[in-house]
Amino acid sequence: MAASADGGIDPIHQFEISRIGPKISIFGSDISLTNSALFMFVALGVIWLVMLYGTRQRAIVPGRLQAAAEMLYEFMADTVRSTTGKEGLKFLPLVFSLFIFVLVCNLVGLIPGAYTVTSQIIVTFVFAMIVIGTVLVYGIVKHGTHFFGLFVPSGVPGWLLPFITLIEIISFVSRPISLSMRLFANMLAGHIALKVFAGFIVLMLGTGGAVVALSPLPLAMIVALYALELLVACLQAFVFSILTCIYLNDALHPGH
Amino acid sequence: MEAEAAKLIGAGLAAIGMGTAAIGVGTIFGNFLSGALRNPSAADGQFGRAFIGAALAEGLGIFAFVVALILLFVA
Repeated sequence: MAASADGGIDPIHQFEISRIGPKISIFGSDISLTNSALFMFVALGVIWLVMLYGTRQRAIVPGRLQAAAEMLYEFMADTVRSTTGKEGLKFLPLVFSLFIFVLVCNLVGLIPGAYTVTSQIIVTFVFAMIVIGTVLVYGIVKHGTHFFGLFVPSGVPGWLLPFITLIEIISFVSRPISLSMRLFANMLAGHIALKVFAGFIVLMLGTGGAVVALSPLPLAMIVALYALELLVACLQAFVFSILTCIYLNDALHPGH
Repeated sequence: MEAEAAKLIGAGLAAIGMGTAAIGVGTIFGNFLSGALRNPSAADGQFGRAFIGAALAEGLGIFAFVVALILLFVA
């Protein structure tokens, strides 16, 4: 619990990036291990272990871990298949990697004291740019100039077409921003809310008197919020991947 | 008016946007549920679309939240 300068509880402190271990710099840029990078490795390790041990036995009747790994894979394959069709399945490795990394980062971040990697906008923005970059590169390589038909919907009266095209372009450009902002802000808001209610407990206990008796109320609220955050962590990973599928669908089938 | 007070009022006004996003998300899931109860067999196929709509509506509320955060902690 970090106190800010004026003695209150500072809910933003938990998102601070700090260096762990020695300072390493290459060509003048600082690449030393931070708490953010550490928890990326932790998430990677968790994914690696679940997938490796889950698929090691390849039993016909799967055990618990294998069933979990298969369910995750099947779930994502179904999502990709239903939103982009059969030809979208070549993007399944990308979508599945994004989904599972975001999911595990969100869930690892919920462990008290752990760092939430996805609460940094630069991390989520890089994810979103990977998606939009893939859409642009694949769309232009596969369809050439036909890809830009995405911005010109058919069946629009001529005088309206420039405005519609402008709006379509703006909506395309704002996609990486909204995609990254949604994940980042959801994680940030949830963790700030948890910290604010945790701060209430400390403040109530510090006040003394009859207020102390009321201090279990924010604690109960934290438990409820924590359940909501578990849901949000899974939901936002799903939303991120399904929106990825929809944007990839534009690259696969441009033109309205 | 003090600049700090104006900032806090602005952050409060920005929070109204989150409430309107809640109306949007509620409308989407309410309509999804009423549609799903009329025709339960078609509900599973539209589940993803309901979430896409909710995510897009929620995104606009998130922008309001980010504006409030910027006013509180950055500006």
